[in-house]
Amino acid sequence: MGATPAGWLQAIALVGALALCHRPLGDHIAGLLTSARHLRAEKALYKAVGVDADADQRWPVYLRSVLAFSALSVLFLYGLIRLQTHLLLSLGVPEMEAHQAWNTAVSFTTNTNWQSYSGESAMGHLVQMAGLAVQNFVSAAVGIAVVAALVRGFSRHRTDRVGNFWVDLTRISLRLLLPVSVLFALVLAANGVVQNFHGFEQVTTLSGGQQSIPGGPVASQEAIKLLGTNGGGFYNANSAHPFENPTGFTNLLEVFLLLVIPFALPRTFGRMVGDHRQGHAVVAVMGLFWAASAVLVTFFEHQHSGSALQAAGAAMEGKEQRFGVAASSLFAASTTLTSTGAVNSFHDSFTPFGGGLTVFDMMLGEIAPGGTGSGLYGMLVLAVVAVFVAGLMVGRTPEYLGKKLGGREMKFASLYILTTPTIVLVGTGCAIALPGERAGMLNDGAHGFSEVLYAFTSAANNNGSAFAGITVNTAWYDTALGLAMVFGRFLPVVFVLALAGSLARQRPVPASAGTLPTHGPLFVGLLSAVVLIVVGLTYFPALALGPIAEGLH
Amino acid sequence: MSTSVPETAPQRAAAGLLDPQLLLAALPDAVRKLDPRVMVKNPVMFVVEVGSVVTTVAAVADPSVFAWAITGWLWLTAVFANLAEAVAEGRGKAQADTLRRARTESVARRLTDWPAGAAEEEVPGTALRLGDHVVVEAGQTVPGDGDVVEGVASVDESAITGESAPVIRESGGDRSAVTGGTRVLSDRIVVRITSEPGRTFIDRMIALVEGAARQRTPNEIALNILLASLTVVFLVAVVTLQPMAAYAGAPQSTVVLVALVVALIPTTIGALLSAIGIAGMDRLVQRNVLAMSGRAVEAAGDVNTLLLDKTGTITLGNRQAAEFLPAPGVDVGRLADAAQLSSLADETPEGRSIVVLAKTGHGLRARARGELAHAAWVPFTAQTRMSGVDADGRQVRKGAAGSVANWVTGHGGSVGTEVTALVDGISAAGGTPLVVAERDGGGVPRVLGVVHLKDVVKPGMRERFAELRRMGIRTVMITGDNPLTARAIAEEAGVDDFLAEATPEDKMALIKKEQEGGKLVAMTGDGTNDAPALAQADVGVAMNTGTMAAKEAGNMVDLDSNPTKLIEIVEIGKQLLITRGALTTFSIANDVAKYFAIIPAMFAAAHPGLRHLNVMGLHSPTSAITSAIVFNALVIVGLVPLALRGVKYRPTDASSLLARNIGIYGLGGLAVPFVGIKLIDLAVQFVPGLS
Repeated sequence: MGATPAGWLQAIALVGALALCHRPLGDHIAGLLTSARHLRAEKALYKAVGVDADADQRWPVYLRSVLAFSALSVLFLYGLIRLQTHLLLSLGVPEMEAHQAWNTAVSFTTNTNWQSYSGESAMGHLVQMAGLAVQNFVSAAVGIAVVAALVRGFSRHRTDRVGNFWVDLTRISLRLLLPVSVLFALVLAANGVVQNFHGFEQVTTLSGGQQSIPGGPVASQEAIKLLGTNGGGFYNANSAHPFENPTGFTNLLEVFLLLVIPFALPRTFGRMVGDHRQGHAVVAVMGLFWAASAVLVTFFEHQHSGSALQAAGAAMEGKEQRFGVAASSLFAASTTLTSTGAVNSFHDSFTPFGGGLTVFDMMLGEIAPGGTGSGLYGMLVLAVVAVFVAGLMVGRTPEYLGKKLGGREMKFASLYILTTPTIVLVGTGCAIALPGERAGMLNDGAHGFSEVLYAFTSAANNNGSAFAGITVNTAWYDTALGLAMVFGRFLPVVFVLALAGSLARQRPVPASAGTLPTHGPLFVGLLSAVVLIVVGLTYFPALALGPIAEGLH
Repeated sequence: MSTSVPETAPQRAAAGLLDPQLLLAALPDAVRKLDPRVMVKNPVMFVVEVGSVVTTVAAVADPSVFAWAITGWLWLTAVFANLAEAVAEGRGKAQADTLRRARTESVARRLTDWPAGAAEEEVPGTALRLGDHVVVEAGQTVPGDGDVVEGVASVDESAITGESAPVIRESGGDRSAVTGGTRVLSDRIVVRITSEPGRTFIDRMIALVEGAARQRTPNEIALNILLASLTVVFLVAVVTLQPMAAYAGAPQSTVVLVALVVALIPTTIGALLSAIGIAGMDRLVQRNVLAMSGRAVEAAGDVNTLLLDKTGTITLGNRQAAEFLPAPGVDVGRLADAAQLSSLADETPEGRSIVVLAKTGHGLRARARGELAHAAWVPFTAQTRMSGVDADGRQVRKGAAGSVANWVTGHGGSVGTEVTALVDGISAAGGTPLVVAERDGGGVPRVLGVVHLKDVVKPGMRERFAELRRMGIRTVMITGDNPLTARAIAEEAGVDDFLAEATPEDKMALIKKEQEGGKLVAMTGDGTNDAPALAQADVGVAMNTGTMAAKEAGNMVDLDSNPTKLIEIVEIGKQLLITRGALTTFSIANDVAKYFAIIPAMFAAAHPGLRHLNVMGLHSPTSAITSAIVFNALVIVGLVPLALRGVKYRPTDASSLLARNIGIYGLGGLAVPFVGIKLIDLAVQFVPGLS
């Protein structure tokens, strides 16, 4: 079979599988977020930590819970990494420097999973399992919990309660992430992903050379790495490593896993607000951007101008032969659009426009479909902006799902859309202005600039993928990117929860013929245009100096 | 106060026209508004002003034609924004002047011990306090707002309403309010003053139309927040661009960076935002409606439910004769003749309508009373509920079914089942039956038939209500009629619901119920007993003919006292929001073209590939940037008429309205600047120093 038909078939299988899961998974999440029933294990847990599981929180309390939990997570992870040489299963890895440990702790807590270290040589099994893997679960759960609070802001009326963070966190981890991860860890292991407690094994290769082969509990971590849109690889090569992602099938499975929750959450949203059409509109916008990006990246990766590229028939540098262009492009588009950041090929080696698109995907704010939870809340905030402008154009005070968008709501939505671009641009501007940091670039000219832009875009949007090339394990980059991750994660969370609180307080406005309908093709087109224009206008100058300058010769 | 406004400044200036004289008059104001303390209230334009200062400094330090051209046009951008606001305010000021002329210093004749005696003293109008009583006689000006407590007078209110026909003001009832500054034309009234000096109706009107009392509305605040955040994003994008540009080997001059910021931030809507708000209030004033706050105008656009009084709003003021229904064996012409004859002494509007119907429907000329010799006229009274005439031994009577039946049976006659059936049929259909009977020379009275009186729905109301329904607004008819009658009229008029036998308490309860469900309610009212409901409603429009209590309670006053205007008020409210939304969309969409002009101009030297982005084929980097800035400034002036006039509003559902406005202002906003910048570039490239 030719490469192109195979690519199409994979894409169709993927879309079919996602469509199949959309409804049951979305309904399951809605169920666990609204159910009044606690599992026995959960009750025991609440009792142990002293949480009143039946008391809902006001938004500031919910926010404080999120922040406190995340701060503790950073501290714990930081301690674990710094102390790992004295603990079990350390495999004799050297002690990590403070700035890198900070960067890593923040990175996994913020669901970014930016890795300035190389997994197999810097992390022992204990940190991988008790530190990083745990954060893979809970950081994903935090994202879903925050969007749950926002959706409750729409679905609840005249209340100051937006849910209980501890209950949300527990239920999402135990009833959603854990069972699905176990299931797919088994499937991955069955398909050749390693799962053992071996350290490095020295083997003699056929040609007589010596090779050191790392083992590890990979499959168990691989499933949640993708399912939770985390992306932090067990090995440095991430999903390009044959032990993490051995075959074309596991590759497709990994893409499926990283998309499945973000694409199911709009169903959860539709169900919780009592109007599935609202969820359909959101999923349509997400799908539109995802499909367009996947097609365009694949298209650009097949365009080849250099003689080496022409000989290979495509831009194969940095791609795995066993995946090919189509599967690599599909993975690249999906991972950058979901805040996952796992890679099965190296975006630095992509064609200028193909690589540029992966940056642009992240610049969209990780909303199409975005990270677990964070994707939906990002999209809903942009929907609020779209409804505001469009609502004015139909001559009413804009309202979304019956909630009026007044000064308070617009303040939080505006701050949200302001935050990430500011972090990205200020970070990139500083890095590029400092002569010492500029030296970290592998390439010069526009491509070198793209590497820096990519790094800050990835960190601020909590994606975590790297353009490679750039050397980021310096005190400056570790610190700066760490800050970008913290602010890029938690400032938006503050604004989203504040928005949730202000929406929940309102009395709903009944819909009438004069109300702007927020479903249907017109709204889908409008929301897509707002996403494109808001992002495009903000980042156009930076993109012009990077990928566009490089691509237009 | 602008005194240069021409004497002919019309009370109702034609909306949207840019009078060059008005523009000229507004210019000094526009320059005065450059004061940073004023500008800072508008974050977008404040950034423009700061940018202008920065480029001025840069141009002085390093002069070039380009630097000075950009500097000049940036200052113009700021001035144009102020000009838009000043023009909008200028129109209000012209109206305020007219009002001020009405507020001449008057001398009040205060009654010192009213009602006990008639002792009076002369005090200046400004010395009057709440609760004082004054007497006003023909030819004198009412010294302050108040209620007539004694007497009746005809009053010329043209100073306020622009309507020259005098109106009657009398003590008691719902026609008791008089406004300071109006003139009594006849008779003598005693007025109890209800306003403090300086807080009179006319003072408030002046403040309103001048915009002095203008506060930002909730929606305007929300939009301002969005615009401010966009401004910050673009500021950040441009400030951080400099190190990136330096890395690319193309550091930019301050002038170019400021130009890029100004081109990107939403200056179009930022410049016109306050003008749109002022013009919205102004549009209401043009229609003789005074909104006490901008918030009320905005709320009008959001209204879900309109409560409309039946009488005067949905139907013509009174019931009218629609049909003559003869009793069996009676010729319809004979019935019509008898009905007309018996109604000649009936001065009620219903009675007059019978005379008219007999004339138009049956060719019977209305006879003057004097034509009939020896006629004894029986006028209609509330007690007898009958009118008629006794002439040449013949008695004709017409009146309420029960009264006439009593008259007939009292003289030995009987009504007959057929007539009773007719009467019941009309009642069931919501009409009022009047029975006509005659008695010849002391014989047995005979019933001739029935006159069908019904409410006449104003022409065009059905269509208006259908429009409102498409806009998503529910109409509820309020009437004192019984449910049967109310239903019939409600169906004929096409309202969505009705409230029959309505008391003020019922009305209040209905408003609260609707608001409980999250709906916004608008209503009109004039009586004192309407005041609580007017205050409770989100939009309460008081009629100017109404009581002071009603006018105080509502948040709008209709000087024409035309309750149907509520529908126009809703449309103006919507138009205000649509104009803001449309210009915001236009403004943001404009940025795309500006990028294509400025980015290649900035970086094509360092990255030659970027010249492909110069899709407009602009002549040179300097001409491209200048053209973008010139376009940015001119588009503000170009859109001032639209901002003042408002975007055309069509009553239709939200989807088609949105599709239409996105088509015009979204796609238009994308395309127009490409053309505009190119055209300007074609001219600018010939300017020495810019090519």
